[in-house]
Amino acid sequence: MGDTGKRAKRPERKASFETGSGSPVRCLYMPLDLEGLGLPGEYPYTRGVQETMYRGRLWTMRQYAGFGSAEESNERYKYLLAQGQTGLSIAFDLPTQIGYDSDHPLSAGEVGKVGVAVDSLADMEVLFAGILLDKVSTSMTINAPAAVLLAMYVAVAEKQGLQPKALEGTVQNDILKEYVARGTYIFPPAASMRLITDVFAYCARSMPRWNMISISGYHIREAGSTASQEVAFTLADGIAYVQAAIEAGLDIDEFGPKLSFFFNAHNDLFEEAAKFRAARRLWAKIMRERFGAKNPKSWMMRFHAQTAGSTLTAQQSDNNVVRVTLQALAAVLGGTQSLHTNSRDEALALPTERSVRIALRTQQIVAYESGVAETVDPLAGSYYVESLTNRIEEEAMAYIKRIDEMGGAVCAIEEGFVQREIQDAAYSYQRQIESGERVVVGLNKFQSEESRPEGLLKPDPSVGERQCAALRELRRRRNGERVAAALRGIDAAARGSANLMPPILEAVRAYATLGEVCDAMRAVFGEYRPNACF
Amino acid sequence: MERRIRVLVAKPGLDGHDRGAKVVARALRDDGMEVIYTGLRQTPEQIVQAAIQEDVDVLAMSILSGAHRHLFPRIMELLAEKGADDILVVVGGVIPEEDIPFLKQRGIAAVFGPGTPTRVTIDFIRANLKR
Amino acid sequence: MQERKAPLPDDIARRVLLGEERALARLISAMEDGESWAGTALRLLRKEVVKRNSDLPAAQGRSLNSAERGSAGELGSPAPRVAHVIGITGPPGSGKSTLIDKLIGSYRERGERVGVLAIDPSSPFTGGAILGDRIRMQGSALRDEGVFIRSLATRGRLGGLSRASALAVRALEAALYGIVIVETVGIGQSEVDIIRLADSVVLVSMPGSGDEIQTIKAGVMEIGDLFVVNKADRPGAEKAVREIRSMLEMGDRDMPSVLMTVAETGEGVGELVAALDSRWAKLKASGELEARRRRGAIAEARALLSERVRCELEALEGGLEDSLADEIVRGEREATEAAEILFESIRKGDRK
Repeated sequence: MGDTGKRAKRPERKASFETGSGSPVRCLYMPLDLEGLGLPGEYPYTRGVQETMYRGRLWTMRQYAGFGSAEESNERYKYLLAQGQTGLSIAFDLPTQIGYDSDHPLSAGEVGKVGVAVDSLADMEVLFAGILLDKVSTSMTINAPAAVLLAMYVAVAEKQGLQPKALEGTVQNDILKEYVARGTYIFPPAASMRLITDVFAYCARSMPRWNMISISGYHIREAGSTASQEVAFTLADGIAYVQAAIEAGLDIDEFGPKLSFFFNAHNDLFEEAAKFRAARRLWAKIMRERFGAKNPKSWMMRFHAQTAGSTLTAQQSDNNVVRVTLQALAAVLGGTQSLHTNSRDEALALPTERSVRIALRTQQIVAYESGVAETVDPLAGSYYVESLTNRIEEEAMAYIKRIDEMGGAVCAIEEGFVQREIQDAAYSYQRQIESGERVVVGLNKFQSEESRPEGLLKPDPSVGERQCAALRELRRRRNGERVAAALRGIDAAARGSANLMPPILEAVRAYATLGEVCDAMRAVFGEYRPNACF
Repeated sequence: MERRIRVLVAKPGLDGHDRGAKVVARALRDDGMEVIYTGLRQTPEQIVQAAIQEDVDVLAMSILSGAHRHLFPRIMELLAEKGADDILVVVGGVIPEEDIPFLKQRGIAAVFGPGTPTRVTIDFIRANLKR
Repeated sequence: MQERKAPLPDDIARRVLLGEERALARLISAMEDGESWAGTALRLLRKEVVKRNSDLPAAQGRSLNSAERGSAGELGSPAPRVAHVIGITGPPGSGKSTLIDKLIGSYRERGERVGVLAIDPSSPFTGGAILGDRIRMQGSALRDEGVFIRSLATRGRLGGLSRASALAVRALEAALYGIVIVETVGIGQSEVDIIRLADSVVLVSMPGSGDEIQTIKAGVMEIGDLFVVNKADRPGAEKAVREIRSMLEMGDRDMPSVLMTVAETGEGVGELVAALDSRWAKLKASGELEARRRRGAIAEARALLSERVRCELEALEGGLEDSLADEIVRGEREATEAAEILFESIRKGDRK
């Protein structure tokens, strides 16, 4: 069954056919037993977490953006909101993500490059100037110092006369994938897990509309993993977070509904759509059966997706628009709650206004012109897609079992297991490209001579200097004693077990810098140092 | 006894994306070279010290964060100060084409942009060793 | 690949003593690649006569400043110093590199210069290697110039050490690093080789991994002078210590120290350093250091001889080994006889 290709008159064009992640693909898929597939809005949510999905409300179009200074980013956010974007997504620069002020020696050359530089509440105020925080939902891609940036956001809202409970949004707050795939860690795992659960507790108590974590697979996939590994390692991280929160005394049905996920939308259309469905189903089972959550909202996996940056080519960059379109389609067919589409020039630089507009229009065309949002989970029942969904779920479960046997995600990471699996997949992918087995149009096939794309975005090199000057000014203006007292409060909380959010809030209100707050915690927690893990 | 090509693969600055660096490191190993991998968050001083202590023939660095115009020149300066200008320096990552002449003027032998096959990097190294 | 241009041995030796890392690194590479001048340079380094004892930067724990770089220094060194050569071995994942990182920190705090050789296996298929131990030894900031870390690949040599290790250890010692740490590949039986090289062998294990059983089986217990159960914050640490102690009691020598550490936090490292210090003092005072080094040197020479014979065997007149093998299989010859014939052939130099 399924090998009719061999008997057909025309021979096949390749010796073997595989999904993007390397799983074998048959010539033909046949009727499967589709019992137990369930309905959208019904456990285990294979077909979607809401009954009506996009018929009720389209996914949030949320373009990740940020660069240079707070002023420049603020302009870009206002532009995007005016162009019809429905949620904000903040990109911070590397020093900010790693808890260094712009004037730290390691920040040299990095300030404002991959995102906006935020050194203190003052920058945060500028970042959201003229944007009413009860009218937007804001996702902040910040991990190790997530508590601090969240505190700053709350402080900005306070100045707008808003309570934390009015705020909608997300902090990524997912340290485990940092150790494995992204690299913006600060503290060692145990201390990081404590900080994360402190954020959980604070959000559960004070920010009911806020997603306290975005458990991420996007970066794991970008680092080279397969689709099944993406699901497996992400959900294993999720298990670790849920476990940690329970051990910290939190009620699973209190924080469960506000966990969210972040996946990659990669090339292979059907494999990706199946992947999202498999992830949803598997998480529902984990929350209900493994952890005994009672609230259905705890079983429902809600996720944001981003199209795969690593698949975009520097060569013939207009082709990237086409890639992104297909990847966006996969995410929508997979039932994503929120989507970022990459711009065509992203292999080369941060996107220009024009490129980011095309990326946004891509989503809008899919939403309004293609018809795929007119019904729920249209791929259901496809023999191929259901087969893929089952297979990915099985493979992910097998990995999770292995990780459980190692003692969980933290142990698996410390042993280097996750890193090695990812690297092996990455290396194999690269070899396939170099041998030509895996075609990348414009790169290893259908190459053309072409002129350099014009008008790429160039980061403003003076941002570093301006931030440093602003820092000097800030340190002069603020109440130094209040800052010092607040930092001592952080030190005390860090050494004990009190929730770190209140002292961090006090510190940011006093205009302590990000670096100062993080250094106070570094002094207690130390810094993480990784292995080579080859 | 044979001589082996020794390569230091380094990630300067705060950029945490090491997929490319690790793929290159493995490819070089598979081609018979000895690769010392420094890990993330290397300062220019750390990289140069490692390059000298390990007596490498090649220094290969990758930056995707845009900080290359600051970090690479600093590293080249330090190498020159220590008299280590017989080390072949190649770089990769996200580096705009218009910055390539700037980097080459400072002694970087090649810039391997996104999509460069590892074979190209390996062949270049073998053909351009300075010692 | 062409050979590198050979520098003047006395120039290298002079620069090494002035604390120039580049020269020392070059010398170690020459040892790895088998360049003929390396032995001369090492001998020169070691035969130094004191001219300007304490003036030498290396003796002061720093590298040369610009004034010194300019001056054509004479060869000279303080009274010959002997470095404490510490071998760190144990299975992968036991935390050797992190432990070494903390040891480096402790020694630097008291002004010792530390040299480290980190040895990793070469790929048997390609001959290449990825040497990643250095990552974990970077300390919390830039390492100052009192620390020299060199990664070495085994280059096909069995036994977990690289061919140049013994020479490199002597070079570091001659370059006035007072502590020389050798981290080995860490897989079972091959670890025995480290005793040829090290004055003190620290065997690192971790709880719950079943290592204790493995070390016993492999006879590796006999080579350890100190035993460390690292990652001692994990369950099973006390049990591991007890098991090791009871195995050691069955042996016939003085009970070595069995310590617990948590390398990541530095817990227990102070005790380890103290134990190493006390052992070092005893080795020197009792004359055991000399005896041990002598044994190690002979063992190293023998190992080199074995390798040399193996090379000669491979270069022998074609077919001899094969025809002997056929005869053995046919029952016409015993292996002992065959060995004699091969030995004679090598001695006479019947090369291909």
